[in-house]
This record gives sequence, structure tokens and C-alpha cells, in this order.
Amino acid sequence: MKISQKEIKHIAKLAKLEIDENDVEKFTNQLTAILELVEKLNEVDTEGIEPTYNIYHSKNFFREDIIKPSLEREKALSNAEETTEGHFVLKI
Amino acid sequence: MAYKTIIGLEIHVELLTKTKIFCGCLAEFGREANTNCCPVCLGLPGALPVLNKKVVEYCIRAGLALNCKISNRSRMDRKNYFYPDLVKGYQITQYSNPLCKDGYIKINTKHGEKKIRIKRIHIEEDTGKSIYDGNGNVLLDYNRSGVPLIEIVTYPDMNSPEEARMFLEKLKVILKYIEISDCKMEEGSLRCDININVIDEKTKLKSTITEIKNLNSFKAAVKAMEFEEKRHIELLKHRENTLKETRKWDENKNETVVMRGKETVEDYRYFPEPDLVEIEVDENWIRDIKENLPELPDNRKERFMREYNLPEYDAAVLTSSKELANFFEKTVKINKNPKQVSNWIMGNILRWINASDMDINEMKFTHKDFANLLELINNGKISNNIGKKVLKIMFEEGKNPEAIIEERGLLQISDVSELECIIDRIIEENKQSVEEYKNGKEKVLGFLIGQVMKITKGKANPQLVNRIILEKLKQ
Repeated sequence: MKISQKEIKHIAKLAKLEIDENDVEKFTNQLTAILELVEKLNEVDTEGIEPTYNIYHSKNFFREDIIKPSLEREKALSNAEETTEGHFVLKI
Repeated sequence: MAYKTIIGLEIHVELLTKTKIFCGCLAEFGREANTNCCPVCLGLPGALPVLNKKVVEYCIRAGLALNCKISNRSRMDRKNYFYPDLVKGYQITQYSNPLCKDGYIKINTKHGEKKIRIKRIHIEEDTGKSIYDGNGNVLLDYNRSGVPLIEIVTYPDMNSPEEARMFLEKLKVILKYIEISDCKMEEGSLRCDININVIDEKTKLKSTITEIKNLNSFKAAVKAMEFEEKRHIELLKHRENTLKETRKWDENKNETVVMRGKETVEDYRYFPEPDLVEIEVDENWIRDIKENLPELPDNRKERFMREYNLPEYDAAVLTSSKELANFFEKTVKINKNPKQVSNWIMGNILRWINASDMDINEMKFTHKDFANLLELINNGKISNNIGKKVLKIMFEEGKNPEAIIEERGLLQISDVSELECIIDRIIEENKQSVEEYKNGKEKVLGFLIGQVMKITKGKANPQLVNRIILEKLKQ
């Protein structure tokens, strides 16, 4: 499967990655190579086999609706660059 | 030219669980900013979500109440996008395997009963809240991050803003009945997005679907739909079309304004959530939830008609909220006259409640006081009219009816000799009227009764007054 340069730019935009115009071709080739490698899996006959979404063969792992203590506000905000009145501040 | 409007809805409902969907933080509205947060709902690296079982149960409850099929196997998916209120850079939601599918709600339109189909109901996490401070800063509060939601998606089966309003009202009643949400639009626990377009019935030309967000009341939703409906029709008339975009309702301008161009579905790059395992719902679990469902509004309405012999209209009004229906039934247990109870509730109590924008369970008197009052009327202790006055005082001040009657001396005068005495006086004072009556002007009777009521401040027993006056006039 060949990926286009346009798609590379689109994916970069969605991932909020800034990429250099000179690198677009390089990334296009690299991603195409990766996709081609993964495409090999299509050669395996998976007729009648359900997709594996998860390698843990477990289901219905739940918690009960019981309150646990939250972080102290100071701690919750400790990674924020700036705070005001208990809020995270984002400059735009 | 005739145009048909096509409306589909997406409704987000915050669930009444104590804790969030993936962590044990309190899921309550109105707490101080960022005090109900932990590594999971702040999206800190390494933190892992664990699904709250109650969220699954509440969603299934909604599914059963809305006539859906419950999926035996379901799972969570990741929806990827960047926004400051979304801590992880993705929202954990359900995409390809929602918990509930293919349901419906019946509404009563002017053309008769109509089924509005529900496409799906799924569970997901809410985002945090952004506050724009006006100086170019966004303040972020993540208390809401991870609060459990169900999203209900309808088919585009509504053909007018009025039908959409009816659907929303009915949905709200049902969700409140099954106690999974308080459905307060003003607090954001019920949020509604609208997809709308119109079709020219002659040329079959359709306008492009637009989405409307930011609606904080049913009223705003209706106004926004009416505005969009007109806008779409106008554009089609001028051979133009609407754009695929998201608009929001601007309360001040009374119009919808563009919010953003619509991202395509593929942009979210959904994939199965690797941090959570599959959800399997077996028949026993479904049966368990079904058996614990309360009686739903439509069933209750039919039972009210059957059991209490009420007209459909009364039954519909009385079952429009669980609390109101409970109040009615508790009253009827004491006062065995359902139609009287219904009349008094609809004619008085509901009017006052609606006028003061309150809930039936916020009233200052109990169903016992109310039943008591009706008994006092039925036993002839007070008249109907005095009864209304007493009820109003109960509504405003919250005293019991006996106390009010005693305090204000409102007991009905049923003492014949006392009434005769008063009536003799009235006849004496209104000789001319009496003369007119005897000459065949029967209307005068009403005037004379009115005079008795005036003197007794409405306390005279009307049947007795009537009888005594007639006797006296014949003499």
C-alpha cells in the first residue's frame, strides 16, 4: 500500500507534528515500507477467526462505584506551568 | 413549494453514579475546581482506567427503557483528537460495538402516534471544562473529566422542531423515571446536539446537514431548529446550499452562528481501546436489570387510566414525572376519589408549581395534608371555594389545613338556624329584589345567595343557603 505525500502531511497535522518540507518524501517512503511490511499479515488465512483486540484473555474487569480519595488540588496542579484560582492556565 | 424538515438528535446524558467512569474520583457537579482529580482522569502517564460497573448497568437500563437491543459483547474505543479539555489526547468512548442498539420512543404528534427510532446508546467519558477568561487565557477545570456519559443517537425521524421537542421531553421523563440522570440542562447533565436539513419535496433537492451545538434548554433547541429550518429553506429557494458545518445557538442574537467546519469521521482514527478488556453482557445480567426497572411512564399512564378510571389527558399529565405520579397515588390511597384528586392537582397545584418553577417534592405540604383538605371539603366542613383558598395558603405557608381553617375561622356554616338568621336579614335588606323575584325574575336568586356569601365571607354551606332562601321566598 502506497501512502501519498498529502496523506503524510495530513497525518502529521492530526498528530500535531511539525515536519520539514524536505522530510516529507523520506517519511512517505518510510511509512510506505512499514505499511508494506504489515501488509504481509494479509497473506495469513484468517477466515472464521475473530479479530484479537486484546492479548489479555479476560473480560468484564470492573470496579464498583465506590469513592476513592482524589489528589490534593496542589498536587493535581503541580505539573501545570501556570495556575490561577485552582485552574490550569493555558495561554493562547 | 413544500419542504420537509429532517432532524436527528445526539443527546449526552451525565449518569448519576457516585464516581467517575474509570476512576474512584467523585463525579459531582459544582465542586471547587480540580479537587476531584487523580492520575487517571488527569491523563498522567502510566495511569490505567478501570471501568465502573454501574456505568454499564445504567446504560443497559436506558437501553431497556428505550426499547433497545442490548449487545452481548461490547468494548471501548479510542477517539483521537487534540483539545485542551481532553487530557489524554483521546476520549475513551464506544464506536463499532455500542452497548445498546435499535430502540425507539413513541411520541404523540398531531398526526397521531409516531415512533422515533434510536440508533444506538453508548457509554463514554466526559471532558474537562474550559473557561475563557477574556484575556486570551483558557482556565481548565478537570473535575468533569471522566464523568460518565451515555450518548443517545436517534435516526433522523423527526420532521419538525415540535416533534424534536416532544422526543426530548419524553426522553427526559423516561431517564428521570429510571433514575440514571437528573437531566438538568442548565447544569449540563443533559446536552443535545441537533442534525438538521430540509428537502424540497418536489425536486427532491436536499440541503447539506448542519449540526447545532451549545443548547442549554429545550426552548433554545426549538428556537435554534426553527431558525435553521428557515435558513435552509431560504438558501434552497435561492438555489444555494448550506455548508457542512457545526453551528452554535447564540442566545443574544437569537440565531445560529458558525462554530467550525466539520471534521470528517476518519479524522478521529478510532481504534479498540487497548487499556480495557471486553464487556460481555449475558442474559442473566440483562434480566436482573430488567426486573429492577421501575414502571415506565407509558405503562403507568395506561394503568392510571385503567385503575383510576382517569381520562387519557389526566393520566398523561399525572405521569409526566415520577414524583408527581407518586404524589397522586399516595393521595388517592387516603382520598378514594381519583378524579377529584386529579382535578385539584391539575387545576391548582400544577399551575402554581409551574408558575414558580419548582418541583412537586419541593412543596411545603405533604400528600397527607392534601388528602385531608379534600376530606374536609367532602365532609362539608368547608366549601370548594374556601378549599381552594386553604390550599393556596398551604402552598405558600406550608401549614396543615385544619390549622389554617381554625386560625382564620374558615369552617363552613352549616347551622340551619344561624343561616336562617342571616338570610332573614338579607331578605329584609333587599325587599325590592325579593319583589322582583316574585314577579318572575329568577336571576335575583343568585344575587341573594351572593349577599349571604359576602356576609359569611364564603363560609356558608352553599346547598343549605340555596334551600333556605328558596323556602323563604316561597312564603
